[in-house]
Amino acid sequence: MIKKTGVGSPPGAGVQTFLLIILLFAVIILSAGMGYIKIPPLDVVWIVISQITGNHELSGGVNNVFPYVVLEVRLPRILTAAIVGAGLSIAGVIFQGILLNPLADPYTLGVSAGAAFGASIALLFDLAFLGIYSVPLFAFIGAVATLFAVTSLSSSDGRISPINLILSGIIVSAILSAGISFLKYVADEQVSIIIFWLMGSFGSKTWTDVFLTVLFVSIGFLICLFFSRDLNIISSGDRSAASLGIETNKVRMLLLITASLIADVCVSVSGIIGFVGLIVPHLMRFAVGADNRKLVPASALVGAILLLSADTITRAVLPSEIPIGVLTALIGGPFFIYIFKRKRT
Amino acid sequence: MNREMLFEIRNIDFSYGKNKVVNNLSLAIEPGKFYGIVGPNGCGKTTFLDLVVRNREPQSGTIRYRGQDIRAYSGRKLARDISLVPQDFYIKFPFTVREVVLMGRHPYISRFASPSAEDLKIADDAMRKAGVDEFRNKYITELSGGEKQRVVFARALAQNTSVLILDEGTSNMDIRHTLNILDIVADGVKLKKRTVIAVMHNLHLAAAYCDNLIFMRSGRITSEGSVDEVLNEQNIKDAFEVDSRVYFDRYSNSRQVIFKRGRPDEGKNI
Repeated sequence: MIKKTGVGSPPGAGVQTFLLIILLFAVIILSAGMGYIKIPPLDVVWIVISQITGNHELSGGVNNVFPYVVLEVRLPRILTAAIVGAGLSIAGVIFQGILLNPLADPYTLGVSAGAAFGASIALLFDLAFLGIYSVPLFAFIGAVATLFAVTSLSSSDGRISPINLILSGIIVSAILSAGISFLKYVADEQVSIIIFWLMGSFGSKTWTDVFLTVLFVSIGFLICLFFSRDLNIISSGDRSAASLGIETNKVRMLLLITASLIADVCVSVSGIIGFVGLIVPHLMRFAVGADNRKLVPASALVGAILLLSADTITRAVLPSEIPIGVLTALIGGPFFIYIFKRKRT
Repeated sequence: MNREMLFEIRNIDFSYGKNKVVNNLSLAIEPGKFYGIVGPNGCGKTTFLDLVVRNREPQSGTIRYRGQDIRAYSGRKLARDISLVPQDFYIKFPFTVREVVLMGRHPYISRFASPSAEDLKIADDAMRKAGVDEFRNKYITELSGGEKQRVVFARALAQNTSVLILDEGTSNMDIRHTLNILDIVADGVKLKKRTVIAVMHNLHLAAAYCDNLIFMRSGRITSEGSVDEVLNEQNIKDAFEVDSRVYFDRYSNSRQVIFKRGRPDEGKNI
C-alpha cells in the first residue's frame, strides 16, 4: 500500500515536478552531445547559452563545427522527440480518463489511424501544393474527420457513452487500416515512403517542427490542466459527474478535441509512435496516483524523457538507426505485459 | 402556486427511443421529509431520479424546484443543493478514498484553489460518519462493493446538500452498515430538515425509515402518501403483483409487511 499524504497540493508534488524538469534538461543536454560527433555536455550548455543570450564569445573555446551540429541538427530533433513524448502522454491521460478505461490511448479512438490515412493519401498522390505542410495538413484533416465520425457514431440523444466511443473507434480504425493497406497496395514505388512514415521517425526535424508541436502541445496541456479536476470526477462516472455540477458532455467534448489535436500534431510530425500514450500514464498512476492535476504534468515530463531517451538510443547508441515507432513498440509492449501481469497477480 | 413545495413535478414524460419509461408523471415533494420510492425492476425509478436531479431532461412536462423551473439553475448551484448516490459506481482509476470523498466538495472549491481547512474538515466528518475513515488512504479500486458504496455515500455527505437522493444507495452493504447509513440519513431529515428521496428495494427498511412512500409501476405512480396511508396489501399487489400481509409491528414501531413463498409446491416440479 502506497501511503499518500494529501489531495490539495501534496508537499511532495512540487519537488517531484522540479526534479523531473531537471532530469529532462539533463537528458536533453546529454542527448545533444551524443552521436557520430561526440560533444562534451558542458560545451553543449555553453553553445545553448551563447545562442540564447546572443553573446557568441561564451562559446568561443568550443570547436566551431559544434554549434551547427547542436543547434541545427540535433536540438530540433531532440526537442521534437521530447515534445511529442509529452504530447502523446497527455493525450493518453485524457483519453483514458474520458473513456473510463485505463488501457485506452490515442489509437483507441481511431484518431491516429485517421491521421495516418490522411498522410498516406498525401504521400501516395505526392501532394505537395503546400510544401512541407502537406503531409501534416492531410494527417490533421484525416484525424479531425475521424474524430467527427467516431463521436457522431457513438452519441445517441445528445449523450456520448464511453463504451460506444471505444466501439466506434475500433470500427472506424479497422476500416481506416484496411484503407491504408489498400493505399499501400496501389502505391507501387511510393510504398516505401508510406511505410517508413507510418513507422515513425524524428530524423531531419527542423525548428519549424519544434515550434508547431510546442505551440499545439502547450496550449493543449494548459486546457487539460484547466479541466483536470473535472476530469477526475468524470472518470468516476456520468451520474456522479452530473450531480457534482459538471457539464459532462461539454467538458468531455472539449477534452476529446484537445487531446485529439495534440495526438494529430504529434502523429503528423513523427508518424505513428505507439505505446507511449498507453504506458506513460499507466506507469505514472503507480507513482503519483490517479489525480489528474498531478498526473497530467508528471506524465508529460516522463513521456518527454522516455521518448527522447528512446530516440537517442536509436540515433546514437544502436549501430544503425531503427524506426522509433518500432523501438517503442518493441520495448513498450513487453514492458506493458509485465506491469499488466504483475498488477493482476 | 404552492410555494411550500420543494419539487413540483407536472406531467413529465421520458422515453428511450420508443420505450416510454416515465409516463405523464406528476408529484409534489415537501421539504424535510424522507421519501421512499418502491416498485418493480424497470418501472422507471432510476430514470425518474435522473430527471429530478436534472441529469436528464423530460421530453414534456415541467419540474419546478423551490418555485423555479429547474432548468434555470446553474449546474454548480444545483450541485450545492442536491446530491446523488448513484446505483452504479465504477471507478477504474486508483483514487484514494479521501480523494473520492473530497470530490464532494467540488462545487464549493473554485477552479485553481485547493480545498480549504473547512472542506477538509467536512470531508473528514463525512468519512467518520460513513465508517470509511479507517481506509481513507486505500485505493477505491481495492474496496469491496459495499465499502465503495459507503465511500460514495460519504462523498454525498461531504457535498452537504439540503436534498439527498439515494438510488438503492445501500444495496451492496451488510445489514449493520445499511442501518448505520439509513440512521444517518434519517437524522439528517430530522435534525437538518434535509429532504431525502430514496429508491429502495427493501420494503421492510422503507417502511421503518420513510415518512412517505411512492409506489411506481410502468412509469407511473400507482399510489403515494404517508407510510400509514399507503403501505397496504392492495397497493403492494398493484405495484409488484405479489400477495402480502401488512400489520403494525411493535418491534420496529412501524407498519411492516411479510410475504410467503409464491409457489409452495415448487419443490415437486423439479
